[in-house]
Amino acid sequence: MCLRLRWINWRDDVRSRFNRTSRKPLAMNKTVNPKDVISGNDNGPLYAARKKVYPQSVSGTFRRIRWGLMAFCLSVYYFLPFVRWNRGLGAPSQAVLIDLPNSRFYFFFIELWPQEVYYFTGLLIVAAVALFLMNSIGGRIWCGYLCPQTVWTDLFYAVERLIEGDRRERMKKDASTDPMKLERISEIVLKHSIWLLIAWWTGGAWVLYFNDAPTLVKELVTFQGPMIAYIWIGILTATTYLLAGYMREQVCTYMCPWPRIQAALTDEWALNVTYRYDRGEKRTSVKKAAELRALGQQVGDCVDCYQCVAVCPTGIDIRKGPQMECIQCGLCIDACDNVMSKIGRPKRLIGYDNDINIHRRQEGKAPIYRIVRARTIVYGAIIAVVGGFMIYTLATRRLLDINVLHDRNPVAVKLSDGSIRNAYTVRLLNKSGYDRVIATDANGPVNATVHVVGVDSVTPDRPMIVIPRDTTSELRLLVTAPAENNPERSIPVHFHVMDIGLGVAASTTDNFVSP
Amino acid sequence: MTDHHSDIDSLSGKSTTGHEWDGIKELNTPLPRWWVITFYLTIFWAIGYWIVYPAWPLISSNTTGVFGYSSRADVAVELANLEKIRGDKMVALGAASLADIEKDPALLALARAKGKTVFGDNCAPCHGSGAAGAKGYPNLNDDDWLWGGTLDQIMQTIQFGARSGHAKTHEGQMLAFGKEGVLKPDEIVTVANYVRALSGLSTRTGYDLARGQKIFAENCVACHGDGGKGNQELGAPDLTDKIWLYGSDEATLIETISQGRAGVMPAWEGRLDLATIKAMAVYVHSLGGGK
Repeated sequence: MCLRLRWINWRDDVRSRFNRTSRKPLAMNKTVNPKDVISGNDNGPLYAARKKVYPQSVSGTFRRIRWGLMAFCLSVYYFLPFVRWNRGLGAPSQAVLIDLPNSRFYFFFIELWPQEVYYFTGLLIVAAVALFLMNSIGGRIWCGYLCPQTVWTDLFYAVERLIEGDRRERMKKDASTDPMKLERISEIVLKHSIWLLIAWWTGGAWVLYFNDAPTLVKELVTFQGPMIAYIWIGILTATTYLLAGYMREQVCTYMCPWPRIQAALTDEWALNVTYRYDRGEKRTSVKKAAELRALGQQVGDCVDCYQCVAVCPTGIDIRKGPQMECIQCGLCIDACDNVMSKIGRPKRLIGYDNDINIHRRQEGKAPIYRIVRARTIVYGAIIAVVGGFMIYTLATRRLLDINVLHDRNPVAVKLSDGSIRNAYTVRLLNKSGYDRVIATDANGPVNATVHVVGVDSVTPDRPMIVIPRDTTSELRLLVTAPAENNPERSIPVHFHVMDIGLGVAASTTDNFVSP
Repeated sequence: MTDHHSDIDSLSGKSTTGHEWDGIKELNTPLPRWWVITFYLTIFWAIGYWIVYPAWPLISSNTTGVFGYSSRADVAVELANLEKIRGDKMVALGAASLADIEKDPALLALARAKGKTVFGDNCAPCHGSGAAGAKGYPNLNDDDWLWGGTLDQIMQTIQFGARSGHAKTHEGQMLAFGKEGVLKPDEIVTVANYVRALSGLSTRTGYDLARGQKIFAENCVACHGDGGKGNQELGAPDLTDKIWLYGSDEATLIETISQGRAGVMPAWEGRLDLATIKAMAVYVHSLGGGK
């Protein structure tokens, strides 16, 4: 009964909601446009086409910084796999290598094993906090200068500009309805060819991080490379071509979570690319401004030339204030500076600034910049602590290690003469680049004997084992306590392994149990 | 709620959806076209799944899809690949002698790994997953062996079993001295106490151990030997050590003597191939008790 009532309530509730949102308004409308029914709203379409952005070329400080960082980032990405690092015979000689089949990660002098992947956790913490730190100092530095999406899009725009001309020409060519001439067709073909070439090289460089680069390049060009390499090159060629050639600013606006996150992370002291409206408003023409100034009136510096909009790679107007779409690349600063110097007004009408200083200037006070404040100190401290801890653990990590697992079933075995034996699975790790001869020892019950299955002891009770370089060895180790020394309760056993050549040692502790 | 049909946000100039929370209105922002296209493409793609893969449950089966895909067939392919990868190594294991397997670290590791899984599948029901045994089922970790603890002896026992009915099986059993009327009840109790004394266990007062020794000499030495040290040829256990298959208390010993014992170990030849049996022999030997 109760259930039925609930069901009816729920059903009616759903029905009424359904009616309220879709049926009633439509039924009340006298003239129903079929298009509105599809869009679900009569105030606009459900979706909108992308408005193509035609960024204009610009020169200046920030453009130079971006060129420099682009060259740096791309060089690192494309050429790093070819950097060599000598690790001795038999070991890979590539400085940065992710060796998936052998489960090893090489980074110059560092070699990480799968069980040390926790270092990446530290790296991710440092990377995340470094983003926060950048954000609290200078806004979206990552987005504007370093993000691969920005770097490759900028490169693709440069190619486009080189072949098809600057903003106006490109707009004119795209808008033209005349039948295409050979020149225009060849331009389009050339542009896409170069884009695809860059995209292909991007995919090609990616796979080189997973295999010996010179060997793989030779294999790839002779079509003898592994299929998986070609597949990954194909995938990355496609994503690079699409994301940098077509999606562009839409990746930042619609796909990336960072614009939203950074809005929550910023504070009143963070410097962002800002239109200084205290100086810019009210906007007038150059001529009118000169006239009004001559009369001693207050006029803004902005001459409404729209250069900041023309150069913007995301197609926004920075003068509308901080916007989610703004990647803060600083190109509008360059564009505005060029105009300001031409009309003889001071530069940096657009610059890295914040609202506090705009208000202070409006009140006639000097601006204050607070790079060092609680937030940046905390972020810096987190980076220092996590980074320091990582360096410490990396510097002190053992190249010889031992793990011991006591047999769980049976925990102890009684032998025919009454003595007690415990069995252990021992894993020895040799992370060094050379084979080791290891002496194994276990100290627990008095006069206990130690035996390793499959190993004839040379020295009594100290079995010798050879572990090849860069591998682990699993051993079955038996500790037997004579009947008269049989401990009544569980006592600790200390396992001790030593490289007899180098004297390097490692130890661990487990228990010896009686049945 | 305001009429959203004509509600324009004064700051942005955009229309709103009419939804308002504490004075904050939601702007009516259209989705990007590519997003909508991608969304419909994924729906279209999902329909493709229905057609090419098994999807719809029927009464006793399901639609098979035009690709004829089945996860079971995938497993069969994977298993065949596994056998192919293992092939050479298992051949090497089958070819090597038992002693050589234990000396070669690579073969030992393979035999132990293989032996462990096969043991879990076939032997664990009686001997336990860690081979610790139970009453009547020997603990294979210790150094006390009914039929011998060398690699070859272990291999033989696994291959042909004990009292298994196989032509080459281990034979010999503990007779039911009481049931068959060979020994009288008081003789059984006396010899049981004598057997306890053999391994240094306490005996009940009032029983003549000398008489027990006499009964033992007349009935038991044929299999268990003069000093009760046992005989691995016959599977007769050593009665002087600290390990008891069925138990060392008086009641259990009386039961053993009067009812007899004849535990069965099945023969694994024919059920498992030779390489697998070898792996298992090495595994059991390496548990720690191997001779």
